[in-house]
Amino acid sequence: MLTEKEVRYVADLANLQLSETEVESMVQQLSSILDHMEGLRGIDTEGIEPMRQVLFPGNDADTLREDQPSPCLTNEQALANAVYPAQGYFRVPRVIER
Amino acid sequence: MDIRNLTVASIRDSLLKHEYSATELAGEALRFAEAENGRTNAYLRLSSDRALAVAARVDEQIAKGEDPGPLAGVPVAIKDVIVTKGVITTCGSKLLAKFVPPYDATAVERIEAAGGLIIGKTNCDEFAMGSSNENSAFGPVCNPVAPGRVPGGSSGGSAAAVAQGTAVVSLGSDTGGSVRQPASFCGVVGVNPTYGRVSRYGLVAFASSLDHIGPFARNVPDAAALLRVIAGRDEMDATSAPAPVPDYAAELNGDIKGLKLGVPREYMQDASGDTALRINEALDRFRQLGCEVREISLPNTKYAIDVYYVIATAEASSNLARYDGVRYTTRADVNGGSLTDMYRATRGEGFGAEVKRRIMLGTYVLSHGYYDAYYLKAQKVRALITRDFAKAFEEVDALLAPVSPFPAFKLGEKINDPMQMYLSDIFTITGSLAGIPCMSVPCGNTRDGLPVGLQVLCKHFDEARMFRIAHAFEAK
Repeated sequence: MLTEKEVRYVADLANLQLSETEVESMVQQLSSILDHMEGLRGIDTEGIEPMRQVLFPGNDADTLREDQPSPCLTNEQALANAVYPAQGYFRVPRVIER
Repeated sequence: MDIRNLTVASIRDSLLKHEYSATELAGEALRFAEAENGRTNAYLRLSSDRALAVAARVDEQIAKGEDPGPLAGVPVAIKDVIVTKGVITTCGSKLLAKFVPPYDATAVERIEAAGGLIIGKTNCDEFAMGSSNENSAFGPVCNPVAPGRVPGGSSGGSAAAVAQGTAVVSLGSDTGGSVRQPASFCGVVGVNPTYGRVSRYGLVAFASSLDHIGPFARNVPDAAALLRVIAGRDEMDATSAPAPVPDYAAELNGDIKGLKLGVPREYMQDASGDTALRINEALDRFRQLGCEVREISLPNTKYAIDVYYVIATAEASSNLARYDGVRYTTRADVNGGSLTDMYRATRGEGFGAEVKRRIMLGTYVLSHGYYDAYYLKAQKVRALITRDFAKAFEEVDALLAPVSPFPAFKLGEKINDPMQMYLSDIFTITGSLAGIPCMSVPCGNTRDGLPVGLQVLCKHFDEARMFRIAHAFEAK
């Protein structure tokens, strides 16, 4: 069972603002999902390597290319969806105080 | 022309015989899509300019006697999690309501190079998270063949577009069943290719080790034609496989007599009444076609849901960190607040309930003290599930199973119980975890007239055989 405190802690880690109602329903819903996941604990995985991805046949180097520059997005294109672009950069709220 | 009856091959034939032009077809497809959309909400927006530009090129090529490409003039709909240069791509999220991608996904680029007409972007669950299309910030999609019911998800709009006939084929994305399940709910063909078969470049990331782009079509040959165009190595995606792409169409009509087909016992236990009935009839048909149908066991199936919701949410919590109010069009106003306040408010206001739930779950399972118990454990059990399939394929050539335990459910029926919604993915998630090719092919209706899908699963990169099996069944 997840506590309200834990839910708020995880929300902070995820940089996610939750309303009071959302915190309440997360306590319920995440607890029930995590309860279900308890079943994983008992499985014997002694000596089993974790599977991180699906591998295809071939050598590791098969998907590498020559390290040569090629055209990429322009500064203008890269900033086109920025909320507050400024002089070729992304602008964010002040992080360093004078 | 009636767009609802067109196929990839019939369009090519008609264009070459000058029965209509690609420009006329594009106009008709766009008009029809617009007219039908009030009923289903399958499209979030149409891309007339792009469709008409490619149509004009196809017409010009035909006039000059050049080959217009394998998808010449085919109206294609694209799920809104796949980026299209200059055409807004929202991922079904309020947070990206104004996002205009500066580049095309490789799959989109290849479709247009092959003469396909991108007619619009389709509705979906927000960031492809959901099994009913009810998690879209732009309203749910209605199932065109079962009014009042969900089209399935997350690629509900792409399935609906093909089922209603506004697109001949479409692209969806499948992470845990998001192509196969809506295909089965809408009575169309849906394909989840081998992991790495199709480049993910331009597919907005949800769970990178599980995400696939896959085709929808009204028949197996059309799905095979589309897969051939989009498959193959792409320098822009290091996980795209360098394996050669076979000519699936040429291998479609081969004999399936003598093939050994396995039916996982664990799947049949959980299928509901009419679904089980239709699947059993399908098995009988394969016996009549000369296949040997036998029961097999995939003993770790019962852990798949838990494994999937640990791994997929963990990867999602990391992938979705980029939506921070800086780079992607939407920022909450925090009135002099700090950078962190801005991040939190932007994400809190921008994401819907299911996306927040998964980010929370993913963050939790990766957090200090829980990593080994959940994430690492899940990766080990994923290896066991994959091993089950490898063992099965030592005995049989392919597996047959239901796609979903039940047919399309009513809008609103499951949305308030996330765990119940997650459990409905049980038969599709296992194939996703193993990265094997799997597809849904229609196998009749329930007594209430709701479509049922049969799932065909094969070994890695064995799509040609999977298509042959599905096509033999479809043609019978």
